[in-house]
Amino acid sequence: MPRYLAGRFAQALLVLWAAYTVTFIILNVLPSDPITLQLSAGGADISQLTPAQLHDLKAHYGLDDPIVVQYFHHLWGALHFDFGMSLTQNVSVGSLISDKLPSTVTLTAVAVAVMLVFGLGIAFLATYVQWGPARTLLARLPAVGVSLPQFFVGLLLIQVFSFSLTWLPATGTDGWRSLVLPSITLALPGAAMLAQLLTRSLGDTWQEPYIVTARAKGLSRWTIQVRHALRNASLPALTLLGVLVGYTVVNAVVVETVFSRNGIGQLAQQAVLGQDVPVVQAIVLIAAGLFVVVNLLVDLLYSLLDPRVARAGRAA
Amino acid sequence: MPDKILSPKSHHVPDRGPDLVAAPERRAAEARAAAAAGPPIAPVAVTTDLSAAGGVTVSTVAPAPAPGDAGAGGENRRRRDDLFAAAGPLLRRPGFVLAALFVAFVIVSGLVPSLFTSYKPSATSGSDKLKGPSLDHLFGTDELGRDLFSRVLHGSTLTIKATGGAVLIAIVAGLTIGVVAGFFGGWVDSVLMRIIDILLAIPMLLMALVIVTALGFGLLPIAIAVGVTITPTFARTTRAEVLRVKEQPYVEAARTGGASWGRVLLRHILPNSWGPVSVLAVLDFGTAVLVISSLSFLGFGTPPPAAEWGTLISNGRNFLITSPWLSLLPGLFVGLVVFSLNHIARTLEEIKR
Repeated sequence: MPRYLAGRFAQALLVLWAAYTVTFIILNVLPSDPITLQLSAGGADISQLTPAQLHDLKAHYGLDDPIVVQYFHHLWGALHFDFGMSLTQNVSVGSLISDKLPSTVTLTAVAVAVMLVFGLGIAFLATYVQWGPARTLLARLPAVGVSLPQFFVGLLLIQVFSFSLTWLPATGTDGWRSLVLPSITLALPGAAMLAQLLTRSLGDTWQEPYIVTARAKGLSRWTIQVRHALRNASLPALTLLGVLVGYTVVNAVVVETVFSRNGIGQLAQQAVLGQDVPVVQAIVLIAAGLFVVVNLLVDLLYSLLDPRVARAGRAA
Repeated sequence: MPDKILSPKSHHVPDRGPDLVAAPERRAAEARAAAAAGPPIAPVAVTTDLSAAGGVTVSTVAPAPAPGDAGAGGENRRRRDDLFAAAGPLLRRPGFVLAALFVAFVIVSGLVPSLFTSYKPSATSGSDKLKGPSLDHLFGTDELGRDLFSRVLHGSTLTIKATGGAVLIAIVAGLTIGVVAGFFGGWVDSVLMRIIDILLAIPMLLMALVIVTALGFGLLPIAIAVGVTITPTFARTTRAEVLRVKEQPYVEAARTGGASWGRVLLRHILPNSWGPVSVLAVLDFGTAVLVISSLSFLGFGTPPPAAEWGTLISNGRNFLITSPWLSLLPGLFVGLVVFSLNHIARTLEEIKR
């Protein structure tokens, strides 16, 4: 077990480093010049500067170093949670992000909870209910959820619950009431995917011989579903859940823009619009970090639920 | 009660049924076709005959078999029979037919919007501002009196271009990486697959955002961004298929028959690994449409007045209280397109299995 854990941990670190490196490479083939961008954000033009001033500016941001030196410099900084200065706003990337992180983390956490409830609930009912039409409806419903664009769902919810029924606020970041619509929107595609996978694996599990055994010894369908089918069917769903959490964080970019919520997602949208490379780089690293941590947790949970995994890892 | 135990099928999702019916039918049709194709090909080379025998899984879903490329009439006939055998079970599904018709409508109306609307997408009309949907204006009009239906159809043109470009990039790059990795194996395979693993670990939209930051805004950057982000799945699937097909007896037979590795790769391995990849391509059309419209919704698409679906929806947001149709109708349209594409892909997958 400890060896398995250490292996998984090393792998997670490697993925994090690789994600940083890949984005660094992509972002540094950038055709535009960061200095020009920064000046135009401040209302100035690059032609107003003397070559000496330009050189000073470049030196200030470390842009005159060779690309490899820049890479190690930034990597070293990122290891200390120092992501440099934003190019479009005159503040450090670190403070920008720490300002906005809590609201996005809250939103994502609530969305993941909603996703679990809906995903599990629909799959559970789709395999438990015995009335044909309801079964079919529940089995088909997730396909719709996967296909609807999130911005459409968000706008529809705003239209219905904020403008027509005036139950909930359409935009804003304060209070739990402003959290309801965004978290449902954010949770929807994930919940649908989870429901699809879980419905399928629950259906498969019901065909297993040990279910027949359980039926034969007189257990009720409810007991079988909860005690036997769900536990075995949840293993593949757990793997998917790790991936879905990562996607949920990233989809906050769209959802926070729709609901005008102040958070990392909106920051990311503005950073891409302004080609603010340090901010984008930092956001990628944070999202990738979260993704890696969640997947690490999923792996640990997996080896607890199914001890064969860790044992197989040791044998290999 | 006991009949529930004896028929575990009743607990199963009612999806798998048709393949059981479809599979023997198709196999029979293929056997018939192969028998018909046998005699005319026989005098040609051993390898050609083998390709016919090995071609049991040759993409039965290919929309149009290229006529006359094989030179032998028998093969063409075999392919046509294949096509009919595959189309039969598909046509018996009304959902599939509806979805296919809708996608066909979107493609045709996107390529030739003037067929379905007489309004120009940029023609403004002061007296018709913000009118609701009516027979004159199916989707209503926007704040400048432009016909929204016409703008959606002209938006389709842009979306089709971007989606087509993205999927093309993904197919070419993914197929190349997958075939190279699967075919050569060894350290080439390990290195390529580790890179693919890393790309898969970065969520799709995030990767697309990074690429858009680097390349700037517009149709082409978006297409490239989405293409690159869906490449890894193509590479993975292709590699898995190549690994499977590489071990098949007919590949060994072709090699023994004197065919070069290049020929084996092009004539045997590639056509036989294409099936699952083509289903993935349809599925990824849906994903690509979603990500592309998300990116243009976020404001990274083509600059105005040309408007992609996402841009239309984003513009309509400003009038959501008074004129909800401005963003909701195009949004519904995008949802229907993605749903249809996903449904087509799923049906193909079920039938192939």
